[in-house]
Amino acid sequence: MTALVLLIRRELQLALRQAGDSAVVVLFFVLAAILFPFGVGPEPNMLARMAPGVVWVTALLAAMLSFERLFAPDYEDGSLELLALGPAPLALVALAKAAAHWLTTGLPLLIAAPLIALLYGLPKEGYLPLVATMALGAPTVSLIGTVGAALTLGARRGGVLLSLLVLPLVIPVLIFGAAGIEAAIAGFPARPHLMLLGGLLLGALVIGPWASAAALRQALE
Amino acid sequence: MRFFGQGLSCIRGERIVFAGLGFALSPGEAAVLAGRNGSGKTSLLRLMAALTPAASGTLSWDDGPVADNPERHRRRLHYVGHLDAVKPVLSVRENLLAWVRLRGGGGDAADAGLARFGLSGLAGIPGRYLSAGQRRRLSLARLAATPAELWLLDEPTIALDRDSVAALMAALVSHRAGGGMAVIATNVALGLEDAATIDMTGYAAPAG
Repeated sequence: MTALVLLIRRELQLALRQAGDSAVVVLFFVLAAILFPFGVGPEPNMLARMAPGVVWVTALLAAMLSFERLFAPDYEDGSLELLALGPAPLALVALAKAAAHWLTTGLPLLIAAPLIALLYGLPKEGYLPLVATMALGAPTVSLIGTVGAALTLGARRGGVLLSLLVLPLVIPVLIFGAAGIEAAIAGFPARPHLMLLGGLLLGALVIGPWASAAALRQALE
Repeated sequence: MRFFGQGLSCIRGERIVFAGLGFALSPGEAAVLAGRNGSGKTSLLRLMAALTPAASGTLSWDDGPVADNPERHRRRLHYVGHLDAVKPVLSVRENLLAWVRLRGGGGDAADAGLARFGLSGLAGIPGRYLSAGQRRRLSLARLAATPAELWLLDEPTIALDRDSVAALMAALVSHRAGGGMAVIATNVALGLEDAATIDMTGYAAPAG
């Protein structure tokens, strides 16, 4: 447990010194979301109707930008070798990476999401489910993205490959995330969607770190 | 014998780098890996660190094979490879402290490591301003900061000035006096007359 805290602390220290990296991801999220009204026209009803899907899709695309540099710097400067040779198992290293990614990318996106929803005129019943679905969905995306980042480590054009690999895997999160918000707006309970998102998170929590560790071991050979 | 390997072979990309290699180290002993470029010195060190699995053969401590308890093995070794693992945005001390903490040490241990390799005066400098030799010294400071029984050093003297080589040799002497072991891959004569030499050319696979 202390090892996990120390590993997350190291990641956060590094992320804090390079805060621009997280800021770029959030800025991309905001900009991409702002582009839609220019493309589809400023009709308020349609924008409000689109809001849940647009927020979720753009948040996922923004997150893709951040995964490429998740392991690459450590791989290139030899830190990953030392982490692999440290007392903590690699799965714990991967879990720490995912947790730090969630804190430095998932959380800022979660905070920016209601602002985007406001721009789109999301009905007021949708805000709580929006925050709730993102709170449950973002850690899942971090965990799946960590596996993708580990798998594409050392590959040429790894960033593109990573998106091709990760985006199909996060479709369930997108479906239940957006549907949860829409259900709440239409007057249905969002609870079943939230529970499904919770289930996905638990599954990713169990499989993700081990899959990442196996992929990292391959990359280090 | 404390740490030993038998019948080790290594295959890198369809090519047999070495085969049938054996070694044995007792407390206080050191071994120097000698051989041409590409003869498998780094491969052997990575194999000893259990970073890469051996194609065949076993690696053991006197209380059990490495494969049975890889975590214990990792806790017992320090590995200094070609890459220095220095983060440009962290200060010299923060860089070292991150690694020391993971091995259960604290600020005092990190400061002792810095002092040993003459880095105390640079403690607050960000890693990006270090020269190649200073980065190497920072990487070597891990050895002095937290104890580990086995040191695996890959060309540790590259980019080092004469004083730093002397500091490394002094650290090596006190490490061995305390019962520690070391395996050093090098192409320079380090003056380790009492160390065993593993000549990699003797284990190269026959051509064709």
